[in-house]
Amino acid sequence: MASVGTSVERKEGMDRATGAARYADDLRFPGMLVGRTIRSTIPRGRVTGVRLDFDPAGFTVVDHRDIPGENCIALIERDQPCLVESVIRHAAEPILLLAHEDRDRLCAATVHVEYEREEPVFDPARSEREFKHITIVKGDLDRGFARAEVVVEGTYSTGAQEHVYIEPNVVIAVPEPGGMAIHGSLQCPYYVLKALKVLLGSEANGVRVIQTETGGGFGGKEEYPSMIAAHACLLARKSGRPVKILYDRNEDMVATTKRHPAIVRHRTGLTREGKLTAMELDVLIDGGAYCTLSPVVLSRGVIHAAGPYSCANTRIEGRAVMTNTPPNGAFRGFGAPQTQFAMEVHMDRIAEHMGLDPFTLRLRNALKPGDTTATGQKLGSDVSAVAVLREAARRTGFRRKRAKLAGTHRGIGLALFYHGAGFTGGGEVMLASRAGLETTPDGVRILVANTEIGQGTRTMLAQIVADALGVPYEQVQLAQPDTSVVPDSGPTVASRTCMVVGGLLERCAQSMRARLGDASPAEHHARHGRLEVVEQYAPPPGRKWSDETYRGDAYATFAWGCDVAEVELDPVTLEARVHKLTAVQEFGRPIHPALARGQIEGGTAQGLGWALLEHVVMRDGVMANAQLTNYVIPTTLDTPPMDVVMLENPFAGGPFGAKGLGELPIDGPAPAVVNAIRHAGLDVRAIPATPEALALAPRLAPSADGAAS
Amino acid sequence: MKLVLNGSPRELEVHPLKRLLDVLREDCGLPGTKEGCGEGECGACTVLVDGEPVVSCLVPCAQVEGCEVVTIEGLAGDHPLQRAIMREVGSQCGICTPGVILAAYPLVESPRRPTLQRVREALAGNLCRCTGYEAIHRAVLGAHAERHGTA
Amino acid sequence: MRTVISGFSLRRPRTLDGALRILRDEPGTVPIAGCTDVYVTLEFGGTPGTRYMDLTPLSSLRRITTRENRLVIGALATYTDLQRSRLVRARLPMLVESARLVGGIQIQNRGTVGGNLANASPAGDTLPVFAVADAEVVLAGPSGERRVPFTAFYTGYRASVRREDELITAVEVPPVVGKQWFRKVGTRAAQAISKVVFAGVRGLETRLAIGSVAPTVLRLARTEAALDKGSLDDALAALAQEIAPIDDLRSTADYRRTVAANLVRQFWSETA
Repeated sequence: MASVGTSVERKEGMDRATGAARYADDLRFPGMLVGRTIRSTIPRGRVTGVRLDFDPAGFTVVDHRDIPGENCIALIERDQPCLVESVIRHAAEPILLLAHEDRDRLCAATVHVEYEREEPVFDPARSEREFKHITIVKGDLDRGFARAEVVVEGTYSTGAQEHVYIEPNVVIAVPEPGGMAIHGSLQCPYYVLKALKVLLGSEANGVRVIQTETGGGFGGKEEYPSMIAAHACLLARKSGRPVKILYDRNEDMVATTKRHPAIVRHRTGLTREGKLTAMELDVLIDGGAYCTLSPVVLSRGVIHAAGPYSCANTRIEGRAVMTNTPPNGAFRGFGAPQTQFAMEVHMDRIAEHMGLDPFTLRLRNALKPGDTTATGQKLGSDVSAVAVLREAARRTGFRRKRAKLAGTHRGIGLALFYHGAGFTGGGEVMLASRAGLETTPDGVRILVANTEIGQGTRTMLAQIVADALGVPYEQVQLAQPDTSVVPDSGPTVASRTCMVVGGLLERCAQSMRARLGDASPAEHHARHGRLEVVEQYAPPPGRKWSDETYRGDAYATFAWGCDVAEVELDPVTLEARVHKLTAVQEFGRPIHPALARGQIEGGTAQGLGWALLEHVVMRDGVMANAQLTNYVIPTTLDTPPMDVVMLENPFAGGPFGAKGLGELPIDGPAPAVVNAIRHAGLDVRAIPATPEALALAPRLAPSADGAAS
Repeated sequence: MKLVLNGSPRELEVHPLKRLLDVLREDCGLPGTKEGCGEGECGACTVLVDGEPVVSCLVPCAQVEGCEVVTIEGLAGDHPLQRAIMREVGSQCGICTPGVILAAYPLVESPRRPTLQRVREALAGNLCRCTGYEAIHRAVLGAHAERHGTA
Repeated sequence: MRTVISGFSLRRPRTLDGALRILRDEPGTVPIAGCTDVYVTLEFGGTPGTRYMDLTPLSSLRRITTRENRLVIGALATYTDLQRSRLVRARLPMLVESARLVGGIQIQNRGTVGGNLANASPAGDTLPVFAVADAEVVLAGPSGERRVPFTAFYTGYRASVRREDELITAVEVPPVVGKQWFRKVGTRAAQAISKVVFAGVRGLETRLAIGSVAPTVLRLARTEAALDKGSLDDALAALAQEIAPIDDLRSTADYRRTVAANLVRQFWSETA
């Protein structure tokens, strides 16, 4: 019986509902110490002195001199120190590590740090350093503007966002014979391993990284765990004992990565009928103090910046710059929510300006099979921009409600968006992911480094293997991601796990099936012993991409979405309440419908929080509202009923037709909500659209959909 | 101090101001109750004290002297609410799940059929970042129906 | 939790007299009840003390009764108790509403009226209700019981007339004549600290109180007087003079000013 396409029982069984699931802070190791990080209290300058003011008995103390290899957390660049040597580039930068068996002694220890301050830079527009610059050019912009009969300009901005995975960051480093085991709440065990290898240099032998049950990631545990793992590892190395570093919520919010704030400027030319002739965009993202993943966030951001629209003449300039704030990093969507927010609000402003309704304007310009994107990628039948747009508009009675609600406190708005699956351009080739499948006495075991972080990795990959191999779902297990056991199948990010890694496993299963003949995996195992099949990523034939010109096939395929938000503005409190959110999304087809729906509902709620509630307040370069009391995410009473529609358009390049889904849902809600608020009469171009911001927003006069007077 | 924990009498020697959350996790060997914030905001540490949901990160353990405390481990393991939340995928990463189950427990046990609004209100003190709450609501309503034979 | 509690102490007196004796003999002892703020204060910079006294064994302080037609709410009544009490529901529905909105059910099950008063936050959700209800705070101390009009209870930011050797034992509320109205504007729809919290009574006279816009909860005497004279415009002008909102991590002075005025308008039109 086929399991793909059905909502089978998840591989985790009942453990999450019974309290049996063990997360990293639930684990105990004999002799374990607790670790603590002493951090900079200034945003820029130098450390001129460190003085320990406690009885050192039982303490392990680590500073940069204890690092045997390179003092850096290796990622794209090696600019981020593991521990400060003397230069400080952001507040909360780690300077010293302490460990002790007794938590009370550890917390009571006082360390005095002396600093020489320098003038920090917090405004990205005034940054002294650029991490990355990307230019995308298509056609001839001047000619495009020459043809334009209407030109609309606008500037849009999005704020930082904190992940608020309900389980804060935690890592335990455990010395073991021949090396060190790192147990952590993380998304990418091989990222951590690579970083530790650089940190430990010649002493890196025998390090393995194991992902524990993880209480949410959303990108916040993509690269940051390498830092906390490095710290735990150094303390464990020096003390010879297991060391656990667990951040409380406050430390986690202050010190770890956030979504990059962004400012996007648009200048757009159209014909009188509303067909795009020229698009010129500037994207600026604030990377914080170190490079981390900013170049890739910028990359995805600029590639999606011109939206799911066809335009012959486009120029996109993108910059990721440095400021003296804690580094920003991966967060679901990874640049695309920021740039598509700008694009979609800009489209509504164009519609307002031209007296067109937002649906019609988008219909006239939406990408269709045969069209090319801003990077010149020619799209095939895997495009559903028009389908999701039509379905969302039909289902919500969009145009009728636009007319009916005009001039009231209520509004309806939409956003059309897309999201490329897998790593950009040559990224998957560079990753060269490998996935494995082995027979066991009971069936088969999947060997991948991809992690279950709530999205259903274990279940979904098991379904793909079961059906490809022709065995019952119950006979397929997964190995816990442990770098000493599983191959490097790449990180669990970029909406790639199902399409790319699932695709590799599908090939493994097909290969194994051929080798098994008539025998079941268990039978074959009994007769011949363990059979292992490993497959490595091969790019689809005919794909072309150039990092130099930023032209070509940016992604293997895109998923498509259209969200419609129905909003009411409270005239007394200026709160915008979302009554209903309709999400129409096409991502090939769902492997597990309930899990897929969960991604859409969860990503939508996260997008709504980003749009309306979540405000990172920075003071002197550090998050000042780093408590859940003051950084508020949506509760059950803040989240609207959601109408989710999953359109199917099976993709030949994905396992059983599936594309990627993890990030698409968060690209749409913020612009849909802001466009609804615009419809209700407020000129909003930035998020978070808090009531304080709405109270100051200029009014838009309503008219027959929807030109502002 | 003495209390009844998951139906069994327990006697503990712990500092009276130690948080009930820490006592459960460290002294009672019950790590099912989770710490998400330490401020009483996220609800992940919810337990039942004399049948009422409270956030255990804000309870000095001395205050449950003589009380009945129920943690996630104290449910049978196949209560309709536990099954429903997994079946409906009202649990993705699972870290908020024990708190959600215990916060919803009185509502599901009470014969009065809850409206969706009542479910939302009962769970307004439980933050979930993964699900967007829709599947949790479906699970609670479904569990109530099953529990009281109105499915 | 970062705070080291091993050196802290907790007393659990069995009687009110026992509790008062501890306060008298060991000054600096911090009374605690629902504890919805204690650990948060400890973790985030407050140092309320190292010696604590748990009031929850004093179950007589949790009763909700009447005394000569006045509603008597024991200091240890929780927000859930308030919502479940037939007496409170019948006489003081605006208090029920404030209790319902104070936070999620977990907080409602623990937080107490006495705690809300003693904590003395200007954002306390029940405080505007007691202010417009012309309640009285009942204090017990070494020289016996004394009563303080609620509107005279607070003297400044987080400061009240409660002496260190006194305990709040109850709040007494005379019958409220007129339409009761309450609205809390929080940082989100539930489990939120108020940005502005407002209670009003429209009877023969108008009574208005507001929180989170000054160092203490405010009775808006001049705004009330202007409304009683029939001028909403004068009332809004008076309001602007009576409140002193600030910018903080949750909101802005401008927003609070705008919303305060809108709440007065909404109250006035909905209680007409």
